Amino acid sequence: MNPQTRRNFLKTTGCLTIGFSLAGMSAFPELLHPVQELPGGLRRHPAVNAWLEILPDGRLRVFTGKIELGQGIRTAVAQMAAEELSMSMDLIQVVIADTDRTPDEGYTAGSGSVVNSAMSVRYAAAYARQKLLELAAEYLDVPITGLWIENGRIGTANDTRGISFDTVLDGRRITDTVRPPVQLKARSDRRVIGKPVARKDIYYMAAAEPVFIHNMRFPGMVHARVVRPPSYGAVLKRMEENLLKKEFPKLESVVRDGSFLGVLSEDEYTVIKAQEYLKKNAEWDQEKPIPEIENEKLPEYLLSLPATDETVENEGSDPENDTDIEWIESSYFKPYIMHGAIGPSCALGLYKEDRLFIWTHSQGVFPLREALSGLLDIPAEHIHVQGVPGSGCYGHNGADDVAADVALLARAFPGRHIRLQWSRTEEHQWEPYGSAMILRNRAILSDRGRITHWKYDLWSDTHSQRPGGSAGKLLPASYLRKPVTDNSFGFSGGGYRNAIPYYQIPNRYVKAHFFRGPLRVSALRALGAYANLFAMECFMDELAVHAAKDPYEFRLMHLNDPRAREVMQKLRNRTSTASHPEDTGIGIAFSRYKNTAAYCAVAARVAVKDGKIQLQKMWSVIDAGETINPDGLKNQTEGGMIQSASWTLREEVTFTPEGISSTDWNSYPIFRFGDVPEVEVTIIDRPDTPPLGAGEAAQGPAAAAVANAVFHACGKRIRRLPLEKYL
Amino acid sequence: MDTTTFRISVNRNAHIVEADPATPLLYILRNTLELNGPRFGCGMAQCGACMVLIDGKPVPSCSLPVRAVGEAEITTLEGLAPAGDTLHPVQQAFAEEQAAQCGYCLNGAIISAVALLRHSPNPTEEEIRKGMQRVLCRCGAHARMIRAIQQVK
Repeated sequence: MNPQTRRNFLKTTGCLTIGFSLAGMSAFPELLHPVQELPGGLRRHPAVNAWLEILPDGRLRVFTGKIELGQGIRTAVAQMAAEELSMSMDLIQVVIADTDRTPDEGYTAGSGSVVNSAMSVRYAAAYARQKLLELAAEYLDVPITGLWIENGRIGTANDTRGISFDTVLDGRRITDTVRPPVQLKARSDRRVIGKPVARKDIYYMAAAEPVFIHNMRFPGMVHARVVRPPSYGAVLKRMEENLLKKEFPKLESVVRDGSFLGVLSEDEYTVIKAQEYLKKNAEWDQEKPIPEIENEKLPEYLLSLPATDETVENEGSDPENDTDIEWIESSYFKPYIMHGAIGPSCALGLYKEDRLFIWTHSQGVFPLREALSGLLDIPAEHIHVQGVPGSGCYGHNGADDVAADVALLARAFPGRHIRLQWSRTEEHQWEPYGSAMILRNRAILSDRGRITHWKYDLWSDTHSQRPGGSAGKLLPASYLRKPVTDNSFGFSGGGYRNAIPYYQIPNRYVKAHFFRGPLRVSALRALGAYANLFAMECFMDELAVHAAKDPYEFRLMHLNDPRAREVMQKLRNRTSTASHPEDTGIGIAFSRYKNTAAYCAVAARVAVKDGKIQLQKMWSVIDAGETINPDGLKNQTEGGMIQSASWTLREEVTFTPEGISSTDWNSYPIFRFGDVPEVEVTIIDRPDTPPLGAGEAAQGPAAAAVANAVFHACGKRIRRLPLEKYL
Repeated sequence: MDTTTFRISVNRNAHIVEADPATPLLYILRNTLELNGPRFGCGMAQCGACMVLIDGKPVPSCSLPVRAVGEAEITTLEGLAPAGDTLHPVQQAFAEEQAAQCGYCLNGAIISAVALLRHSPNPTEEEIRKGMQRVLCRCGAHARMIRAIQQVK
């Protein structure tokens, strides 16, 4: 989508159909934001009042179908409305994901919240501004020119008080359909967008306000726990309910449906103990144990599985059979890793008078409602799903599954609110992991050190098992007496996200091979891009060594896009002025997320001493188009680098035929404060280009930068993750 | 599983609670006293989400049975500020530095930082990392938290 002036737009569409006149707007402003294409959310929900509502007390209520995951979407959305309607942030309240109130925006995923949702609010607010000015001009019987608009009031130059939006609207709502072009505020007039506006919710969290779903309480609420089988596919054989009730007299109910087993009590500690008791005393049939795979042989095992092949890219000629040509080759491996939310998944539910209410931190309240409708055979219209912020999830974790648990329990125990939070071990063992991947790179270098051929094969399980509307994807569904199953593979694109190099290489072949691995998997932040970029950017480093080029220089030789070049050059400036103590190495990596979104270059400095990798510092330079909130962007990028470094250096899900053996933070360690590097983020703001979304941009390049730094520090090229284990 | 009556002091207020003596303090704080600061993270004293101050020392409340509390003074995130609706300087610094993403670990981070700063008011970065070692953060907000602690006056 290229920036386009309105003049161009008019030229290309030949007509202008919007619900208000453009009189009074500065004739043709410097540059209109690219308006020829409305943001995704607005295309699906084009009415202004789907996105915002002016309240009688002068405040503004804004609706987003996205949920707050710690990415700061509430603030970004409020900034958009505050800017375009010239209102104070304090006058704006944001309603998040709610099937009764907000637009259906699918999943809060793929770095799409700003691009789709916040931008929809921006356009709707900009439209509303013009509409309100027009109505005010009519009401005051003055020309629209010269009217001011500020904090919910509109007035003429000689009337400092003005009249309220409420007076202007006189009981009406703005229900118009937003059609392009919409006049957004000119860059020079922007006061809120592009500013480091502080997230108020962080203040509330620090102040111990009840921000989280985990803090919701209702009168008469009961706590629940579900007893999970010892491993996938086990069948509940025997459970002595009488003994259980005798042992735990405070239990209000025991719910059993096939192999789905839950306990309920007003006392949370009672259900925790009952869950532990049943873990020991319930008998299960192990129908489909996980195959016995020696951990070190996992790549070979996965390669031996039947696979479905998909050609992702086939460009140019293939000298495969020319034996004179020397291919440079390297294979990489990324194990299963987990989301690892600090707060285990939680949901609340109430089933009352044939209606189901669910409170959830799911990334998709609407698709969850559809799936629950299928699971319980209740019409979707009878289910209200409300999103409430939870612990950061970083993708599809147990959020939907725990909501399904609660829905089943609520129906079996109607009339009371039910709260269920998974145990730590449940979260570790049952969340859908990020798939293990095998990545094989081959390339041919010309005499002058340019890459002429690139051949890439990746092996992966799916990266998308979100429920969509499908009940069979919900964890408890297949354990019911009448099981609901859905074995479909899901969207395969996640596996080869960023598998095609962004570099200028004339001959490119990329092939994906999809297997079905032994563990439950789904979407984890950046999907396949994390491993693909780890492999690609480490391989670029290897090729630079072959070509005897500096790693920056080698990448720049293959990059034409000026924005890509600029992030690299800026990163080079940053690292060249930093100190490089002895025994340390600097590694770099570059990516453009999805090859269409944010540009991000990362550098890492490590020391390798006494057989240990010490990650000292990470830098990144990011160009995410127009920056809505620079502090939010920095926060996401700093956190992305740190999280990715933890994945890369330390993390690996382990398992035996008896089940997942990564059961807690000791058996699945992640970074602690002592491990975390110093981080420095530089933003290249491009206020005249569309925002690109940035929540996942750092994951891939951060991984490769760390691995490359290890090589430059000690000369060892580690091609298998986690690095600490294979040093 | 008989219950016993306990008298505990939380945020400078005495409370009488009826509970199974083995009940971890966390559930008393969250469910009986309806406090929001301490949160369940692991139940194994590994992550720090449930941290409270017990006589000024940071302790994971998920693994401390209520019977072991005795007369100790318990302070939660809610009780850090001396009075009214002002925030403790550490809470203030975390909000100002925007030292969180999802914020689930913020309770343990702030409680640990308060204890650390009482013990050493001008900690080095190394001491901060050590003092915060029991707190797990998955969003990667550590660097900001370190900055926030360095900002506390």
